[in-house]
Amino acid sequence: MANTLIFIAISITLLSLLISLYRFIAGPEKANRIIAFDVMSVSTIALIAFISVLNKRIIYLDVALIYGILGFIGVLIIARYIEKGL
Amino acid sequence: MSENNWNEIIGGFIAIGGSLFLVLGSIGLVRMPDAYNRIQAGTKASTLGTILSLTGIIFIVPDWFGKLLLLILFVLITNPVSSHVLARAAYYTKVPLTGITKVDKLKETLEVEESRKAHLKKVRIQKEEE
Repeated sequence: MANTLIFIAISITLLSLLISLYRFIAGPEKANRIIAFDVMSVSTIALIAFISVLNKRIIYLDVALIYGILGFIGVLIIARYIEKGL
Repeated sequence: MSENNWNEIIGGFIAIGGSLFLVLGSIGLVRMPDAYNRIQAGTKASTLGTILSLTGIIFIVPDWFGKLLLLILFVLITNPVSSHVLARAAYYTKVPLTGITKVDKLKETLEVEESRKAHLKKVRIQKEEE
Protein backbone atom coordinates (compact mmCIF):
# COMPACT_ATOMS: atom_id res chain seq x y z
CA MET A 1 0.00 0.00 0.00
CA ALA A 2 2.68 2.44 1.01
CA ASN A 3 4.70 1.50 -2.07
CA THR A 4 1.76 2.38 -4.33
CA LEU A 5 1.31 5.77 -2.68
CA ILE A 6 5.06 6.46 -2.96
CA PHE A 7 4.94 5.45 -6.61
CA ILE A 8 2.12 7.96 -7.24
CA ALA A 9 4.12 10.64 -5.44
CA ILE A 10 7.20 9.85 -7.57
CA SER A 11 5.19 10.25 -10.79
CA ILE A 12 3.71 13.57 -9.63
CA THR A 13 7.21 14.84 -8.73
CA LEU A 14 8.51 13.79 -12.15
CA LEU A 15 5.62 15.73 -13.73
CA SER A 16 6.66 18.83 -11.77
CA LEU A 17 10.28 18.39 -12.91
CA LEU A 18 9.06 18.18 -16.50
CA ILE A 19 6.97 21.37 -16.17
CA SER A 20 9.86 23.34 -14.69
CA LEU A 21 12.15 22.00 -17.41
CA TYR A 22 10.01 24.03 -19.84
CA ARG A 23 10.98 27.23 -18.02
CA PHE A 24 14.61 26.07 -17.93
CA ILE A 25 14.68 25.73 -21.71
CA ALA A 26 12.48 28.67 -22.69
CA GLY A 27 13.41 31.23 -20.03
CA PRO A 28 14.08 34.58 -21.69
CA GLU A 29 17.06 35.57 -19.53
CA LYS A 30 19.84 33.89 -17.62
CA ALA A 31 18.04 34.68 -14.35
CA ASN A 32 14.90 32.70 -15.29
CA ARG A 33 16.99 29.66 -16.16
CA ILE A 34 18.72 29.69 -12.79
CA ILE A 35 15.38 30.05 -10.97
CA ALA A 36 14.15 26.95 -12.79
CA PHE A 37 17.39 25.13 -11.93
CA ASP A 38 16.95 26.00 -8.25
CA VAL A 39 13.38 24.69 -8.17
CA MET A 40 14.43 21.52 -10.01
CA SER A 41 17.31 20.81 -7.66
CA VAL A 42 15.08 21.20 -4.59
CA SER A 43 12.43 18.91 -6.12
CA THR A 44 15.11 16.33 -6.88
CA ILE A 45 15.88 16.06 -3.14
CA ALA A 46 12.29 14.90 -2.57
CA LEU A 47 12.55 12.53 -5.56
CA ILE A 48 15.73 10.86 -4.25
CA ALA A 49 14.12 10.50 -0.81
CA PHE A 50 11.09 8.75 -2.39
CA ILE A 51 13.41 6.39 -4.28
CA SER A 52 15.25 5.60 -1.05
CA VAL A 53 11.93 4.54 0.52
CA LEU A 54 11.13 2.32 -2.47
CA ASN A 55 14.53 0.59 -2.33
CA LYS A 56 14.69 0.64 1.52
CA ARG A 57 18.24 2.03 1.54
CA ILE A 58 19.11 4.83 3.96
CA ILE A 59 22.35 5.59 2.09
CA TYR A 60 20.34 7.33 -0.66
CA LEU A 61 19.41 10.05 1.84
CA ASP A 62 23.12 10.92 2.03
CA VAL A 63 23.11 11.19 -1.75
CA ALA A 64 20.14 13.56 -1.51
CA LEU A 65 21.95 15.72 1.09
CA ILE A 66 25.11 15.99 -1.04
CA TYR A 67 23.00 16.73 -4.12
CA GLY A 68 21.26 19.53 -2.22
CA ILE A 69 24.55 21.03 -1.03
CA LEU A 70 26.03 20.96 -4.54
CA GLY A 71 22.88 22.50 -6.07
CA PHE A 72 22.86 25.26 -3.44
CA ILE A 73 26.52 26.11 -4.01
CA GLY A 74 25.99 26.04 -7.77
CA VAL A 75 23.05 28.45 -7.57
CA LEU A 76 25.02 30.82 -5.30
CA ILE A 77 28.07 30.82 -7.59
CA ILE A 78 26.08 31.34 -10.79
CA ALA A 79 24.03 34.16 -9.20
CA ARG A 80 27.21 35.96 -8.07
CA TYR A 81 28.66 35.42 -11.55
CA ILE A 82 25.63 37.03 -13.19
CA GLU A 83 25.73 39.93 -10.76
CA LYS A 84 29.37 41.02 -10.93
CA GLY A 85 31.44 38.48 -12.85
CA LEU A 86 33.76 35.88 -11.44
CA MET B 1 0.81 -4.44 12.82
CA SER B 2 -2.39 -2.65 11.78
CA GLU B 3 -1.24 0.55 13.51
CA ASN B 4 1.97 0.42 11.50
CA ASN B 5 -0.10 0.06 8.35
CA TRP B 6 -2.15 3.15 9.17
CA ASN B 7 1.07 5.12 9.71
CA GLU B 8 2.24 4.10 6.25
CA ILE B 9 -1.03 5.19 4.62
CA ILE B 10 -1.04 8.56 6.38
CA GLY B 11 2.59 9.12 5.43
CA GLY B 12 1.91 8.22 1.82
CA PHE B 13 -0.93 10.74 1.58
CA ILE B 14 1.23 13.46 3.17
CA ALA B 15 3.95 12.69 0.62
CA ILE B 16 1.44 12.92 -2.24
CA GLY B 17 0.31 16.30 -0.87
CA GLY B 18 3.92 17.48 -0.88
CA SER B 19 4.44 16.43 -4.47
CA LEU B 20 1.21 18.24 -5.41
CA PHE B 21 2.75 21.39 -3.91
CA LEU B 22 5.83 20.78 -6.09
CA VAL B 23 3.59 20.63 -9.17
CA LEU B 24 1.82 23.85 -8.13
CA GLY B 25 5.21 25.57 -7.76
CA SER B 26 6.37 24.56 -11.21
CA ILE B 27 3.04 25.62 -12.75
CA GLY B 28 3.58 29.01 -11.11
CA LEU B 29 7.07 29.01 -12.59
CA VAL B 30 5.58 28.66 -16.07
CA ARG B 31 2.60 31.01 -15.73
CA MET B 32 3.95 33.99 -13.78
CA PRO B 33 4.77 37.05 -15.91
CA ASP B 34 8.02 38.17 -14.31
CA ALA B 35 11.33 36.83 -12.98
CA TYR B 36 10.57 38.10 -9.45
CA ASN B 37 7.08 36.57 -9.38
CA ARG B 38 8.63 33.32 -10.60
CA ILE B 39 11.11 33.38 -7.71
CA GLN B 40 8.23 33.94 -5.30
CA ALA B 41 6.04 31.15 -6.68
CA GLY B 42 8.77 28.63 -7.35
CA THR B 43 10.94 28.69 -4.27
CA LYS B 44 8.17 29.03 -1.67
CA ALA B 45 6.03 26.23 -3.06
CA SER B 46 9.02 23.95 -3.60
CA THR B 47 10.23 24.50 -0.01
CA LEU B 48 6.82 23.52 1.39
CA GLY B 49 6.48 20.60 -1.01
CA THR B 50 9.87 19.14 -0.16
CA ILE B 51 9.30 19.52 3.59
CA LEU B 52 5.89 17.84 3.35
CA SER B 53 7.31 14.96 1.31
CA LEU B 54 10.12 14.35 3.80
CA THR B 55 7.60 14.51 6.67
CA GLY B 56 5.52 11.85 4.95
CA ILE B 57 8.62 9.65 4.69
CA ILE B 58 9.16 10.12 8.44
CA PHE B 59 5.66 8.65 8.98
CA ILE B 60 6.41 5.72 6.68
CA VAL B 61 9.89 4.83 8.01
CA PRO B 62 10.23 6.21 11.59
CA ASP B 63 13.78 4.77 11.93
CA TRP B 64 15.16 7.38 9.52
CA PHE B 65 13.96 10.31 11.65
CA GLY B 66 17.42 11.83 12.27
CA LYS B 67 18.64 11.97 8.71
CA LEU B 68 15.29 13.20 7.37
CA LEU B 69 15.21 15.94 10.03
CA LEU B 70 18.69 16.98 8.87
CA LEU B 71 17.43 17.19 5.27
CA ILE B 72 14.37 19.21 6.33
CA LEU B 73 16.52 21.69 8.26
CA PHE B 74 18.92 21.93 5.31
CA VAL B 75 16.12 22.76 2.86
CA LEU B 76 14.54 25.18 5.34
CA ILE B 77 17.79 27.11 5.77
CA THR B 78 19.31 27.12 2.28
CA ASN B 79 16.26 27.70 0.07
CA PRO B 80 15.46 31.27 1.26
CA VAL B 81 19.15 32.15 0.97
CA SER B 82 19.35 31.03 -2.65
CA SER B 83 16.09 32.76 -3.58
CA HIS B 84 17.34 36.00 -1.99
CA VAL B 85 20.62 35.81 -3.90
CA LEU B 86 18.72 35.13 -7.14
CA ALA B 87 16.39 38.09 -6.62
CA ARG B 88 19.35 40.36 -5.84
CA ALA B 89 21.26 39.24 -8.94
CA ALA B 90 18.16 39.67 -11.11
CA TYR B 91 17.51 43.20 -9.81
CA TYR B 92 21.06 44.46 -10.16
CA THR B 93 21.42 43.08 -13.69
CA LYS B 94 18.25 45.05 -14.53
CA VAL B 95 15.94 42.18 -15.45
CA PRO B 96 12.75 44.06 -16.40
CA LEU B 97 9.71 44.10 -14.12
CA THR B 98 6.23 43.53 -15.57
CA GLY B 99 4.30 46.46 -16.95
CA ILE B 100 1.67 46.25 -14.21
CA THR B 101 4.13 46.80 -11.35
CA LYS B 102 3.01 49.71 -9.20
CA VAL B 103 5.48 49.97 -6.29
CA ASP B 104 9.28 49.68 -6.54
CA LYS B 105 10.65 50.71 -3.15
CA LEU B 106 14.23 49.57 -3.87
CA LYS B 107 14.43 51.94 -6.84
CA GLU B 108 13.47 54.92 -4.66
CA THR B 109 15.97 53.87 -1.98
CA LEU B 110 18.75 53.54 -4.55
CA GLU B 111 17.93 56.98 -5.98
CA VAL B 112 18.08 58.59 -2.53
CA GLU B 113 21.40 56.85 -1.86
CA GLU B 114 22.78 58.01 -5.21
CA SER B 115 21.83 61.65 -4.63
CA ARG B 116 23.32 61.56 -1.11
CA LYS B 117 26.60 60.18 -2.46
CA ALA B 118 26.72 62.87 -5.16
CA HIS B 119 26.10 65.56 -2.53
CA LEU B 120 28.91 64.24 -0.29
CA LYS B 121 31.29 64.18 -3.24
CA LYS B 122 30.45 67.81 -4.08
CA VAL B 123 31.04 68.89 -0.46
CA ARG B 124 34.42 67.13 -0.41
CA ILE B 125 35.55 68.80 -3.64
CA GLN B 126 34.56 72.20 -2.26
CA LYS B 127 36.60 71.58 0.91
CA GLU B 128 39.66 70.57 -1.11
CA GLU B 129 39.42 73.75 -3.18
CA GLU B 130 39.38 75.83 -0.04
